[in-house]
Amino acid sequence: MPFTVYKGEVAIMLEFLQQLVNGLSLGAIYALIALGYTMVYGIIMLINFAHGDIMMVGAFVGFYSITLLGTNIVMAMIFAMIACAVLGVLIEKIAYRPLRKSTRIAALITAIGMSLFLEYMTIFLIGPQQKVFPHSAFPHKEYDLMGLLITNKDIFIIISAVVLMLILQYIIKMTKTGKAMRAVSVDREAAVLMGISVDKTISITFAIGSALAAAAGVMVGVYYNTINPLMGIIPGLKAFVAAVLGGIGIIPGAMVGGFVMGILETFVSGYGSSLYRDAVAFGVLVLILLIKPTGLFGKDTGEKV
Amino acid sequence: MLQVKEIDVYYGAIHALKKLSLEVEQGKIVTLIGANGAGKTTTLKTISGLLRPASGTITYKGVDLTRVPPEKIVGMGISQVPEGRRVFAPMTVQENLEMGAYLRKDKKEVQRDMELVFERFPRLKERRKQLAGTLSGGEQQMLAIGRALMARPELMLMDEPSMGLAPLLVREIFEIIKDINSRGTTILLVEQNAHMALSIAHKAYVVETGSIVLEGTPEQLMNSEEVKKAYLGG
Repeated sequence: MPFTVYKGEVAIMLEFLQQLVNGLSLGAIYALIALGYTMVYGIIMLINFAHGDIMMVGAFVGFYSITLLGTNIVMAMIFAMIACAVLGVLIEKIAYRPLRKSTRIAALITAIGMSLFLEYMTIFLIGPQQKVFPHSAFPHKEYDLMGLLITNKDIFIIISAVVLMLILQYIIKMTKTGKAMRAVSVDREAAVLMGISVDKTISITFAIGSALAAAAGVMVGVYYNTINPLMGIIPGLKAFVAAVLGGIGIIPGAMVGGFVMGILETFVSGYGSSLYRDAVAFGVLVLILLIKPTGLFGKDTGEKV
Repeated sequence: MLQVKEIDVYYGAIHALKKLSLEVEQGKIVTLIGANGAGKTTTLKTISGLLRPASGTITYKGVDLTRVPPEKIVGMGISQVPEGRRVFAPMTVQENLEMGAYLRKDKKEVQRDMELVFERFPRLKERRKQLAGTLSGGEQQMLAIGRALMARPELMLMDEPSMGLAPLLVREIFEIIKDINSRGTTILLVEQNAHMALSIAHKAYVVETGSIVLEGTPEQLMNSEEVKKAYLGG
């Protein structure tokens, strides 16, 4: 299919829109990961540094679901989400719950330990080499939309991310479980007085957050084509920055923060140099912490979720 | 209905309740009065299971509550209006009430009870979609009471419902407490406002530094020199 060649201002405009489309896909991925960070923080005040690695596990579950079980990409994503929901619940039960009454720093250090454990356990089990996400699961197609190049990957990532976010919003706003999650995050003791089981609610939060990370992991596989056991570190940290940018503990903040980080990164890579994209991402973290530590959506009163 | 027997409760090294005992009879309003820090709130928290006694028993309808997890105690028919109201500020009035009925499965009855709460507190009905944090203090207290009622409790624990409210509102809240009781709910009321509490109670206890120092009918306590001096302002 021959592509139309545009010149002058139109070309500049198209280039801009093109970067925006690329940024939206990446942003959707960051947003999904950031949601898990922010939900877990909202309910137990813990930065779960193993969250990026849960995303990595999700990518591998998706990979093996496609290569070993021969499923399509959607089923791979569902399997990854189920597996990581279970993994997230187990991590909380085994590693974090016994520390719930200890200092926050103890839990934070445990989270870092859990992160390293997941990374090196994966290397131990399947080796350190990167694996190529099978092309057969996702035949490359691109569409020319008035000069704008949109791939089926972009469409897949953005649509599934939006669907997942809508489902999450529905759960949080409309269901009894979601309301209980908000109640626990606002005032744990008052929630107990309503008969809400805090343990169960925290487990559900980990399950949902980890499932979203798993979906993001499969998307990363689709987006970058390759996956490896250490792939969770940098996207995990960037999603953490996204969560802080939006206001940690605030769900819409994580979504907006994720998209902002994704778009920022593609613009830095596209117009500046991809060498700087990580530096810019963490520069954002430094700036927020200096200017508005509560994030874009944060109130100084410490209101959460 | 509820027997608290010689409970000892510690906050770390602080001995907050010392062999405290009290009894609540079905259908009554029982009040626990005393100064700040005497152990009133601690007593209610221990009954609700938020704190565990180091020794002693709490028996409710023949079951020892000290072994029951707090979220199950609500299901047994005990709900609490906590000190300082503790409404879920970023949630709507209606969502707060729904949380009160969290353990109930009878959706239709829950809906009916919510209508009853709205009948009792018309201002909450007007503000049902509003965030609880935007309500006035009096409205928040009404919401906290409504939320506790949504559990359909047989025994309601109320912790300083008059705190921080204007005198007129205090009167209104106490009228509401009397009314809730007259419809069959037993009430254990903790108050610093001894005057008001004694005016509606059937039985009263005075707590000082973690122990009950006096008990009796409100008339007996109102005529006691100690109570007059310490709690009724002469």
